[in-house]
Amino acid sequence: MKKELICINCPQGCNLDVEFDKEKIISLEGNECKMGVKYAEEEIFHPVRMVTTTAAVMNGFIKLLPVKTSCPIDKSLTLNIVKEISKVRINAPVKSGDIIIKNILNTGADIVATRTVGKIGSW
Amino acid sequence: MKKKVDAVIIGAGPAGMAAAVSLRENGIKNILLVDREPVAGGILQQCIHNGFGVHHFKEELTGPEYAERYIDQINKNKIDLWLDSCVIDIEKNQDDTKTVVVLSKERGINYINTKAVVLAMGCRERNRGNINIPGSRPAGIMTAGTAQKLVNIYGYLPGKEVVILGSGDIGLIMARRMTWEGANVKAVIELQSYPGGLNRNIVQCLNDFDIPLYLSHTISNISGNDRIEEVEVSPLDENFEAIKSKSFNLKCDTLLLSVGLIPENELSIKIGVKLDPVTRGAYVDKNLMTIVPGIFSCGNVLQVHDLVDFVSEEAKICGASVAKYINNKLEKSKEIPLQKRNLVRYVLPSKVEIGKPALLSLRPMHPAKNMTLTVKTNSSVELFKRKYKNIFPSIMLRINIDVVPEDTEFVEIKFEKE
Amino acid sequence: MIDKYDVIIIGAGVIGAAIARELSRYHLSVAVLEKEIDVSFGVSKANSGIIHGGFHAPPDTLKGKLVVPGNRKFDRLCEELDFPFERNGELMVAFSEDEISTLQFYYDRGKKNNVPYLEIIGKERLLELEPNLNPDVECALYAPSAGVICPYEYCFALIENAKQNGVNVITGEKVIELKKNAGIFEIKTEKNNKYSALYIVNAAGLFADEIARMVGITNFKIVPRKGEEYLLDRRVGKLVKRVIFPCPTKKSKGMLIIPTVDGPVMVGPTALDIEDKVDFSTTRDGLKTVFNHAQKLVPSIRSTDAITSFVGLRPAATSNYSIISKFFSIIKSFTGTKPEYIDGDFIIGRTTVSGFINAAGIQSPGLTASPIIAEHISDALLKDGLKLEKNPAFNPIRKRKVKHLRSILDEKNFSEVEKLVKENKKYSNLVCRCENVTEAEIVAAIKMGHTTLDGIKFATRAGTGRCQAGFCTTRILDLIHQETGIPVEQITKKGPGSEIVLTPLRKGRDG
Repeated sequence: MKKELICINCPQGCNLDVEFDKEKIISLEGNECKMGVKYAEEEIFHPVRMVTTTAAVMNGFIKLLPVKTSCPIDKSLTLNIVKEISKVRINAPVKSGDIIIKNILNTGADIVATRTVGKIGSW
Repeated sequence: MKKKVDAVIIGAGPAGMAAAVSLRENGIKNILLVDREPVAGGILQQCIHNGFGVHHFKEELTGPEYAERYIDQINKNKIDLWLDSCVIDIEKNQDDTKTVVVLSKERGINYINTKAVVLAMGCRERNRGNINIPGSRPAGIMTAGTAQKLVNIYGYLPGKEVVILGSGDIGLIMARRMTWEGANVKAVIELQSYPGGLNRNIVQCLNDFDIPLYLSHTISNISGNDRIEEVEVSPLDENFEAIKSKSFNLKCDTLLLSVGLIPENELSIKIGVKLDPVTRGAYVDKNLMTIVPGIFSCGNVLQVHDLVDFVSEEAKICGASVAKYINNKLEKSKEIPLQKRNLVRYVLPSKVEIGKPALLSLRPMHPAKNMTLTVKTNSSVELFKRKYKNIFPSIMLRINIDVVPEDTEFVEIKFEKE
Repeated sequence: MIDKYDVIIIGAGVIGAAIARELSRYHLSVAVLEKEIDVSFGVSKANSGIIHGGFHAPPDTLKGKLVVPGNRKFDRLCEELDFPFERNGELMVAFSEDEISTLQFYYDRGKKNNVPYLEIIGKERLLELEPNLNPDVECALYAPSAGVICPYEYCFALIENAKQNGVNVITGEKVIELKKNAGIFEIKTEKNNKYSALYIVNAAGLFADEIARMVGITNFKIVPRKGEEYLLDRRVGKLVKRVIFPCPTKKSKGMLIIPTVDGPVMVGPTALDIEDKVDFSTTRDGLKTVFNHAQKLVPSIRSTDAITSFVGLRPAATSNYSIISKFFSIIKSFTGTKPEYIDGDFIIGRTTVSGFINAAGIQSPGLTASPIIAEHISDALLKDGLKLEKNPAFNPIRKRKVKHLRSILDEKNFSEVEKLVKENKKYSNLVCRCENVTEAEIVAAIKMGHTTLDGIKFATRAGTGRCQAGFCTTRILDLIHQETGIPVEQITKKGPGSEIVLTPLRKGRDG
């Protein structure tokens, strides 16, 4: 089978021409770096995406805490993960890198704070 | 209040912060960084998505993470940072210093005497008035960046049925963001025959959610009195005129505009900085100094970048030049014009120095395949040559050219088909 | 419960506001009912702000008779009510022999209308006065007495002063029923509130014919005349110092170039008679027309310098006779009746229904004539039997609650800024940085009752600049919420149905 893909691993966005069978990539053209190989393989056999969203934060100097998945997760789960995160309330202070939810929806990925939020009145 | 410093940096976004850190690294201690927002980081704070830092930090970060790396350095270096503070005027003094007037929420009005000024105000989004979309003027029409701020910082969704005009990166990112938050994004409409944003964003923000992208289309009418109810979408002919007979309507309660960015140079104009009509940023020399001595420019106020990594890099170079200027070590050497030719939309800086290599940023006019970029002197000495499989206006090219030989009168840069 | 008044004015545009203020000089109970959520949100919000010299309208019309006396009132009004006003003059420019004879025609007309200091000036002096004009210009008719104001600020000032003197102003109150019963007018509004009054003043702008019809007056119709205007970036500067008119042709009145009192230049308007009273849409043709015409006058004007556009609907009155004659021109002679009104003229004064006074069909130069129109209305009320007893406590002075930082910055008067900040710390928080509007000004506007984004825009100019509220929208939402307690999701652009955001996605902090 053949497929045209656009690599999303860096802003360059290489156009990839991939040939593959049920188990593996047979040939790959168009990638300007190694990341393209990994992307093609993932995108064909088990596509994954990063999720970035916000979680409510209490007593912080801002109301919303930006968060991300610790690694890309199954593409079909992105909407569910955003919904799941919108249910939680975090208490300030939070540090960038803190784990907010462990192993979200059994994906193996954690939800990680991407901003440091001090308590109200502190920065 | 009166204050005397070596440099005032206007704007604490990625450019201003990197310039401030670079000034400190180059030994300039007495500096002041001002920003109108209550926190540093600029627009990065609302860009909660990932994709930043691949070049600069060699890892993929979100906007707030990228900002925090620099905020940490600002704090560590104890750089004086005034937040909630707006520069309302800059004046030249007789001794070549400048007076920067700052209106600050906490400190009231302040007069800062400074040797140098770094303009790092970033850019603003083009809005409906700039592109003159016909139709009514209801609620529910806003720039993609305003929507991004409402969703990511304030936690409000502007609407549920969304059409996006313009395929700039912020618009694409907001298509995904609003879909994730439960909105139905009906279409992205793009005037040009190619997308304005990065390819990766077309894939992960539109294709992933089956959001159609209409290239060579525009919104030819808006209807709805209180709130937007419908847009009329028309294909464009080769003169960019709407073909009304082929138009169709989309019902919506929200229209987001992602139709380009304009460097925020109103302050710069006030003090006599001259702007390039193409980039709408300042004309600068290789030191990133504007035509007004002591006034420098970097980041999106100089040229709209697509990657923050390059903003940081540019600002770092700028900081180093400012440090030299402050120490009276900024050598003024012979500069010759750099002329853009075939397919080069703009190139920055607009001049290069004899006897030195140079770092150039440029964008092509439109997408093209298999092009060779060359930089040659008037006597055909080749300073740079590289083949590109694909070039896009949305991807800025950064190239290093060889030393410009003596007796060169001008240098030209052009794309050629192989 | 029914609220009873001596006089109810329907409509809080410039005309209703001027009448309200005029009537507040007397011992009367007066109310103003406005269907929109804020005053000046109807016809007045898209007014160009020109105080005309007065050479356009024919001398035998009300327009021609009232324009110059109205113009004369503005020096005093501006002093009393503290709104910006500049007598910068207007020029009608001619490019050909034909147009020069047109100038002569308007010169004679202006003379008949008593326009002061009117003169025709030659090319050299003209280009000296206005160096950015097309150098092909031949000469111009010059009326130095013309000026510019900010129409909403004028309207707000009138309303505030009327309120100070006891007038009750009720917004968001649309009259849906009006009838006269035993000598008393009874009003029902859309919100099912009831009011009664001995006298009604109909200043309902575009809807004045509909109000009149409620009491059986059917002899005029309001036809909306649509005008598109474009505001240029402040950066372009004052391309002209005076208001520039082309010579009118049979086809078109032409486009004006207006240096607004706030600084930026405005171009337009188009003029198109339409049916729909809520058609506020701009068109691609309109844009082209405006800029093609404007560039003929000032070649350096660029459509790319436009930062926003808007549409005004002028309420042009036609007598029903002429509507009939338009459609049945063949049998024109058959009716035999003469029109009661001159087409397109103001309809001011008493009617066949005693106690019902019209102030209708007020289009250009209605803003200029507004102070005189208000006096005419109070005369009409007197003639219809209303006792006008002077109120000795009437205070004609309205002071702007807060100064605009912008005007101080324009003069680079930083020590004045320092003083303001000392008095009110909110002056140091710049909310709209394109137009330099501070928290102090926005909070004052909210406290005056302007609680929509458009209301705050008209009251303070926040959001009118080059970024068109991209930066300040969220900040203003915060301030409205903070000052009034209105939940952010209920704050609107211009009234119910125009909310800015939906319910919060998730609530942190104060949630």
